[in-house]
Formats: sequence, C-alpha cells, structure tokens
Amino acid sequence: MTLFFQQFVNSIALGSVYALVALGLTLVYGVLKVPNFAHGALYMAGAYVAYLMLTTVGAPYPVAIAVSIVVIAAMGGGMEFIVFRRLEGKSSVHAMIAALGVLFFLEGAANVIWGPDFRPVPTPLDGVVTAFGINITEQRILVIVAAIVTMVGLYMLLKRTLVGMSIEALAQDREGALLVGIDARRTALLTFAISGVLAAIAGSLIAPLVLVFPTMGAVVILKAFVIVILGGMGSVPGAILGGYLLALAETMAGTYVAFAFSELIAFALLVLVLVFRPTGLFQKGV
Amino acid sequence: MGSEGMKRAATIGVPLLAAILFPLVVDNPYLVSVAVTAYVTAIAVYGLDVMLGYTGQLSLAHAGFFGIGGYTVGILTSEHGFSFWTALPIAVALTSLLGHLIGLAALRTRHDYFAIFTLAVGVMIVIVIERWESLTGGTDGLIGIPPPTSIGPLSFTSLNAQYYLVLAFLVLTIYVVWSLMHSLVGRTFLAVRNSEDLARAVGIDAGRTHQLSFVISAALAALGGALYAPFLGSIGPDVGDVPMTFNMLVYLMIGGVASLPGPLVGTVLIMGLTQALTVVQQYEMMVLGPILIVVVIFFPQGIAGQGKVLFARLAGWGRRR
Repeated sequence: MTLFFQQFVNSIALGSVYALVALGLTLVYGVLKVPNFAHGALYMAGAYVAYLMLTTVGAPYPVAIAVSIVVIAAMGGGMEFIVFRRLEGKSSVHAMIAALGVLFFLEGAANVIWGPDFRPVPTPLDGVVTAFGINITEQRILVIVAAIVTMVGLYMLLKRTLVGMSIEALAQDREGALLVGIDARRTALLTFAISGVLAAIAGSLIAPLVLVFPTMGAVVILKAFVIVILGGMGSVPGAILGGYLLALAETMAGTYVAFAFSELIAFALLVLVLVFRPTGLFQKGV
Repeated sequence: MGSEGMKRAATIGVPLLAAILFPLVVDNPYLVSVAVTAYVTAIAVYGLDVMLGYTGQLSLAHAGFFGIGGYTVGILTSEHGFSFWTALPIAVALTSLLGHLIGLAALRTRHDYFAIFTLAVGVMIVIVIERWESLTGGTDGLIGIPPPTSIGPLSFTSLNAQYYLVLAFLVLTIYVVWSLMHSLVGRTFLAVRNSEDLARAVGIDAGRTHQLSFVISAALAALGGALYAPFLGSIGPDVGDVPMTFNMLVYLMIGGVASLPGPLVGTVLIMGLTQALTVVQQYEMMVLGPILIVVVIFFPQGIAGQGKVLFARLAGWGRRR
C-alpha cells in the first residue's frame, strides 16, 4: 500500500507537468484551431533557459524560473507574430507545416548551441520530506504546488480579466467575438505568450527531475496531444484532468505491469479515444 | 508532332537523358550514391504527395512506412534467404496491408486530428522497431543486407547498376502517379481535397477515397524503403523515425505539392545541397525549419509551382513584345 501511495504522489508531480504543457496547447488550439506542434519545443527551451541561468549564470532558482518565463513568453508571442499571423485564413495544413518548421528550427538551434548530450540540472531543493512512510523530494513538492498556483492563476485570468475573457470568447465563437469588437490578433498574440509562460514553468520545474536534451519536448508534446484529445481540444478543465489521469495511468502501469508498457499507454488511449469518441471525453458529440 | 507534343517530349526527355548520363559524366561514386539516396527518398516523397498534395491530409507516419518496407526486405533477404525480387513485392504488399489497417482507424479523423494520430502512429512504429530486437536488431539495426539479386545477365552489384535500377523504379513511380492523377480515381482525390462535402454530394465515397490514397501513399513509401535497405546494405530505426518524415515534408513543400516534378525537384535539390555541403549538415534542421516556414507563407506551391508562374509571366512578356 505504501508503494501505491508513493507512486500516487509521484504521478501527481508528473501530471502537474503534463497538465501545464497540455493547457498551453489547448489554449492555442482554442484560438487558432491548429495543433501547435512547436509547443513541445517551447517546453524544451524553457528547460534550457533555466539550465543556462542555474549553471552558466549561477542565478538562484526563482530568478532562473522568472527569466525562463519571460524569454519563452516572448518566444511564444514571437512565433505568432512572425509565423502564424501570416497564415490566417489559409488551410490548417499550412499552419501545421509551419508549426513543424518552428519545431525543426528550435530543436536544431538547441542542438547547435548545447549539442545532443543529456545534461543534468542542479537544484537547490535536493532534500527529501518523509510523511506517513512516503518519501517525496522537495523539488516534486515545488512542482505540485507551483502547478496548482499557476492553474489557479490561469483560471482567474480567464474568468476575471478582459484579456482572459477575450481568449475564451474567441475560442467559443470566433465570429461572435469579432462582432463585439475583440481584437483577434492581439488576443492570439497574448494566447501564444501565455502558452509560452505555461511551457516555461513546466520546463523549468521538471528540468532538475529529468535530464535536458534537444528533443526532450518531443515525447511530452505527444502526451500533451493525447491529453488534449482525451479532454477535448480547447477544453481547459479537460487538459488539467487529462494530465493527471494520464500520469496516474502511466505511473501505475509502470509500477504494476511493466515499465515498457507505460510509454505505450498514451498511444493506446489515443487510438481508443479517436476510434470511439473523436470529440474527446468531456465534450458533447457533434 | 505538334509543338505541344514537342514540348512534352522535351520536358520528359531532357531530364531523363540527364539522369541516364549522370553517373557516366560525373564519375564520382559519392555523388552517384547521393543521387541513389535522393531517388529512393523521392519515391517515398511521391507517396507523401499523393496523400498531402492530392488528397489534402498530412500523414506524419510516412517515414514509418518507409522503414517497414526497408526492414521487411532486409529481414527477408539477409536472414531468410529470400531473393530481392520476391522480398520487394512482399514488402510493398505487407506495408500496404498495414497502411490499410492503420487507415481504418486514422481516417475516422481528418486534418489536425489525422496529423496528430499519424504522428502517434509514426512514433509507435519506431518504438516497435527499437523494442522488437529479435526481429529487427533493435537500436543497432540490421546489417549484411545483400544487394539486389541479378536477373539473368543483369547484375546489380556495381554502384552504377544500382543507380539505374533505382532510376527505373523512380520513373515507374512518376508514371504511376501521373496516370493516377489523370484517371477518374485521381480526380476523385482532388474532389475530396477541394471539398469533401461537395464530393459526397456528387456521390463520391470520401471514406474509400481517403483510404485508397493512404494505402497508395504507404505503398510508395514502402517501395522507397525496400530499395534503400539493399542499396545501403544495412538499416536502422532512424530511417523510420519522425524526423525523417519531417525531412520528406521539407523536400515536398520546397519542390512543390500536387505537381508532378515537385517531389523529385525538392528531394534532389535539398538532399544534394545538404549532402554536398557537409559543413552545413550540423545546421541542417536549423536552416531547413525557417526555409519550410518561408515556403509555406510565401511560396505554398513550391519551386515547381513558382516555376510555372515565372514561365507564364515570361511567356506573356515575350508575347507582348
């Protein structure tokens, strides 16, 4: 039973990261109606900026996270401003291919700058807290708490501010939103920047728990896609719930069935959902 | 022969003659082997174009099918003593069947969901190749794949002979795609791409059309892979991996989607450049990414489409004088 609770706590930490990445993806999808394949590269870049700040610059961890947030938010916004804005009104295939181009560029750039090696990231939070026979590292506690704070913050932003409400309005009914005078371009820019913030938080929080490498975003983005499809494209609660559920399923399968099995779970779920309920679990059928 | 016929003969004859003379004139084994690699890749890129250019769906599992074709020939010829000429049709048929089965699930979706689904399929294919070590050799891959067996007096052990073999298959591929696009089936592809609802309204079975296009696309990818493995003599999971699909997509977009010369032009040009300029190989992804974006935004018809525009403009300019 201790093993179960131990793994349960670990899966919450993993799920927090999944949920943050999936949230950024789902927000952008809501506004743009295009899956942003480059989103995983933002997460990867977020981890590298934190790594750079912690090692080369020697900044304290909070500063490293803050710098990562600012840089990646700018990258996200820049992506919209330079690339996706110009593809407005064209077929979704074009925007998807452009997103792949951005992914290509960012992964290639990371490869040129840091090389393909896996790099460990030091963390000041290397202690372990023990409670009820369960060990949890301080870094994992930080991941869980920071993710919850971020999600509450995002919720407040979406529900209480004009910017957030414009994002939701645009996602729900584009023409209606334009009709009441919402600036679609500005909102799209902000949505991309916010997705960058979420990716940066996820990337810089997970960096000390895993190794950073140029293609680290590729695995996570696929899982984020599974989560977003599971939860319904564009659905915020779906992304959060889906993130924790997938992490739980993976961790438990890895613990009780076989480790190799855990990485196939996401794909098995994807196939099942797309075959039986292509609109996601939390959306009404079309 | 009218001037139209002359023009057509020239547009086919001149490049074909150039391709036939290439290994004799160049006489550089490295460049010839780059050309062989470009041709087998181009065959697969034609497959990608059938799905993306003519049917309008982005399949990101394409390199996976290329890999399956290559591995099937590799396993059959190196470990089970099959002749290349039996292994090749088996590889294409097996991959087509697999493509059909995957298509049954994947084609319940369209556009963005289809791209995501096939991306996941592409990743799964690589995971299976890497994990099924007893069959595929895992991450080390397969080595010792024999070159194509000779037919009568025709032997394919020399580089030039392999070059002409691959060239023949490339010409065959282009011919198949050309006749497909000039057939009723090809027109239904275009109809479904342009408007699925409209196509359904005139009685086209859109589901079957997508399914057929996906299977043809997978078969061409498999053909490319099946020719590549015996040429290289070895095969590893990399050739079936998702970055390979991205590369093929770059070649297709730069060359020009939905145009007959597009896949060949893009593949030969970009592969030739990256292979010739070995210095830039490290920066390949970093450079190709922005090029892909620029092409999508400013030249969505690629070189082939842009060439046509330029040619029409020149012709118009000439007539006005």
